[in-house]
Amino acid sequence: MIKLKNNQYNSKKKKLDLHVPKYFPLILTIGFILLIVTIIASLVLGARVVSFQELMDGLFYQNQDSYGANVVQKRISRTIFSLCCGVALGVAGVLMQTVTRNPLADPSILGVNTGAALFVVVGISFFNITTASQYIWLALIGAAVTAVFVFGIGSMGRGGATPIKLVLAGAATTAALSSLVTAIMIPSQYAMDQFRYWQVGSVGSGSWDSILLFIPFLLMGVLIAFVSAPALNALALGDDVASGLGVRPGVLRVFAICAGVILCGVTTALAGPIGFIGLLATHAMRLVIGPDLRFLIPMSALAGAIILTISDVFGRLLGSPGELEVGIVTAFIGAPILILLAKRSKVRSL
Amino acid sequence: MRNQTVESNFIVKGMRQRRRRWIFVTSLLSILVVILCGGMLLLGNTIYPVDVVIRTLMGEDIAGANFAINTIRLPRMITGLFAGFAFGVAGYIFQTMLRNPLANPNILGITSGSSVAAVFCIIVLHTSNTVVSIAAVVGGLITVIVMYLLSRGRSFSIGRLIIIGIGMQAMLDAVISYLILKSAQQDIAVALRWLSGSLNGSKMSEVLPLILIVVVFTPILLALGKQLNMLELGEQMATSLGIATDKLRITLIVSAVFIIAIATATTGPIAFVSFLAGPIANRLVGASASNILPAGLVGANLVLFADLIGQFAFEYRFPVGVITGLLGAPYLIYLLIRMNRKGEL
Amino acid sequence: MSNTHVFRAERLVSGYDHKTIIHGIDLEIPQNKISVIIGANGSGKSTLLKTMAKLIKPTEGDVTLDGKAINKYPPKELARMLGLLPQSPVVPDGITVADLVGRGRFPHQSLFSGWSKQDYEAVEEAMAFMNITAFANHDIDELSGGQRQRVWIAMALAQQTDILLLDEPTTFLDITYQVEILDLLTNLNRRYGTTIVMVLHDINLSARYADHIFAVKEGKLIAEGKPTEVLTSDLVKTVFDLNCVVIPDPISDTPLVIPKGRYHVKDGDN
Repeated sequence: MIKLKNNQYNSKKKKLDLHVPKYFPLILTIGFILLIVTIIASLVLGARVVSFQELMDGLFYQNQDSYGANVVQKRISRTIFSLCCGVALGVAGVLMQTVTRNPLADPSILGVNTGAALFVVVGISFFNITTASQYIWLALIGAAVTAVFVFGIGSMGRGGATPIKLVLAGAATTAALSSLVTAIMIPSQYAMDQFRYWQVGSVGSGSWDSILLFIPFLLMGVLIAFVSAPALNALALGDDVASGLGVRPGVLRVFAICAGVILCGVTTALAGPIGFIGLLATHAMRLVIGPDLRFLIPMSALAGAIILTISDVFGRLLGSPGELEVGIVTAFIGAPILILLAKRSKVRSL
Repeated sequence: MRNQTVESNFIVKGMRQRRRRWIFVTSLLSILVVILCGGMLLLGNTIYPVDVVIRTLMGEDIAGANFAINTIRLPRMITGLFAGFAFGVAGYIFQTMLRNPLANPNILGITSGSSVAAVFCIIVLHTSNTVVSIAAVVGGLITVIVMYLLSRGRSFSIGRLIIIGIGMQAMLDAVISYLILKSAQQDIAVALRWLSGSLNGSKMSEVLPLILIVVVFTPILLALGKQLNMLELGEQMATSLGIATDKLRITLIVSAVFIIAIATATTGPIAFVSFLAGPIANRLVGASASNILPAGLVGANLVLFADLIGQFAFEYRFPVGVITGLLGAPYLIYLLIRMNRKGEL
Repeated sequence: MSNTHVFRAERLVSGYDHKTIIHGIDLEIPQNKISVIIGANGSGKSTLLKTMAKLIKPTEGDVTLDGKAINKYPPKELARMLGLLPQSPVVPDGITVADLVGRGRFPHQSLFSGWSKQDYEAVEEAMAFMNITAFANHDIDELSGGQRQRVWIAMALAQQTDILLLDEPTTFLDITYQVEILDLLTNLNRRYGTTIVMVLHDINLSARYADHIFAVKEGKLIAEGKPTEVLTSDLVKTVFDLNCVVIPDPISDTPLVIPKGRYHVKDGDN
């Protein structure tokens, strides 16, 4: 009798696992509420806190003379931009971590950001490239080349790409690339001054133009991520099992890494290097809803958007009357998480 | 019995040979340092003849040469010499103590800790050099203590320590970037030193704390060299050979942090010197004796050599940190590849 | 040659962090003999050895050498009398065999002193004794596991201590090398009178090579004495929780433990 009950329970649990994670609707609801709160906070708060009237004026483009309304309008584009960046980085984080089966795989740790930076700086210094639409492509190529390079080094030898090997390969590559970046920049006062701002990731420059540039890449990357989620679930069980389930691991990996690189490369090109979002969003969500990528990918996107935007709001409040760039804020929230992960994981898996 | 003596001679001969190699290579490195120092004094916009340089150094007042040599080139040379030595020695100590070539003060975030403190003092508080130096040392020590507290746990793992170090570094570097970003336009040149390390604008008054600390701590560290070698054999072996390992470790860490922090406060974090010097010294000298001194000399050679290249090899003058970075990064990647292949990580 | 050191554990309590592993052990190591500590996994035998080697600080009681607690000695002075070969010592990169053995001379050298004639002689003697003179100028990395272990023991010999502690010196070695190492240690004991204390896993090799056995269970000393006197099937049952018969070893006449499993037992023998 008891045995039977147990069986029933087990099969029921299994069914639940296959479908919707426990409390998923609740978590989703909380997520959306948080998102709305975040958006409102991002519109209202900052060096100047706007009133409800000003917010309404700004949102519906009335009373254009009001200073507050103008502030709100500036913040609208900034907020949308930061949400885009957050989604991109959140999804990129999940993809990278899944493909490498490595909990520490984040674009900033893997040196992908610096790779993008190097190509952008080369473009600015040697090829007179000035518009964002041009250096998006450079950043993408830079990010892709670096990603391939770092994974190449990190996966040599026994055990494949273990976290410690990847992190070190990333750190070494970052160090190498930043030397190059500095070497190229120093002769040019102009590039140096530009770069000083770009080097700290910020969403303050987010304009409608940059959002329009962003959208196609964002859609492409997110689409690939969603489509490949079930196959990636299979990949998480190991290459052999995945092959048995009819997935081609090699092709899938290339696709997923491409999507990850596109997402973080474009973000880096437009906003500068913003670290740790992928790490934070993915780990937080995995704790709450479990490892099923069909849910983890959208939830990480949501979490990334919320975390990045909230960090930006904090940056604006803390740095008032100026601002604390969001890249600095995320480094401060993210680095402790990295340390915590390192502390908790077993020595073997490092 | 005769056979035994022949064999014995062969052991002692080998040991003596390796010791002679140590002396030979160390002397060679010293000579090289002297030559590079000479180069630093001789070369510049105007190349003065050797006798003019010597007479100027002896105190004779020769128009033009006096300013160029005594006010610009000499402080630059001395700063490079002592900072390079300091980076080399501190790097070697951390690498040997933790038995991992990757575990150098850069990766562990100690340099970043010193840099943050120094940049804060320079850009925000506009304090004197002495305060900057003290702050850098305090910053480095605090970083070490935090690292120690964080990496303590059920079992110590070097991999964990390095990841924690990279995390700390990310935070500290964010602070540096922020401070530089908010600095006034005229401070940028100074501030940039904290991104890449440079000998530009070295002044005699600024290099004094560095000289003092290096002169005080180097003998202490050299005296501990033999014990450091025992520590290499593992905690238990070292204890059974009569070493108070905890005490030794604390002394080594504090001394190493002192000299690297003061060097960082003077020149900024010159990339990769602390990482390269130890392995190069070991490669050149072998592992027969303590290589603290050779590592320091390699460090000084690297910095002086890289600075000469940075000053004169290109159309534009590059700070020394950029050159050491370009030279060192490929080596770091090579080392990683080799360690991965051998499965040492 | 012989030594007269009195090496004892007195009401010893020790362990890691807050976990007590050794619960009050009193023992005296017989002089000029080979003693082996035996016990099941987790019995505390290794902890006992480490505490006696000063690697772990006792929480209560003392380890004393000639009546004085070992942590009261200056570390170097103690290292001239008491040596330890840990289970997994670390090999520094790129070091030659002779230089590694030479590091054993550290306790005999002062701060800046160079190498004395005695130092060289000690290294030569230790290497000749362990039969590794031929490898003197080779890199340690080139040696096999058995050869390496001989190098480590040579290093401990160069330290010239009267008492030598070894933590499982035969682990990870093939049976041939296990016997070789134990023979060499016996040579050492016979020739110089070195007091040897070691932890061994193999109970039959322990019985054959030990002059004196300490049986440890749950951090307490259960029995001690000559193998022929103490090593009975009852003791094995208590210490290892293993049913066995003990017969005389056909080679050495020391006790030989034959385990009884649940299977492969002849009819009528159970």
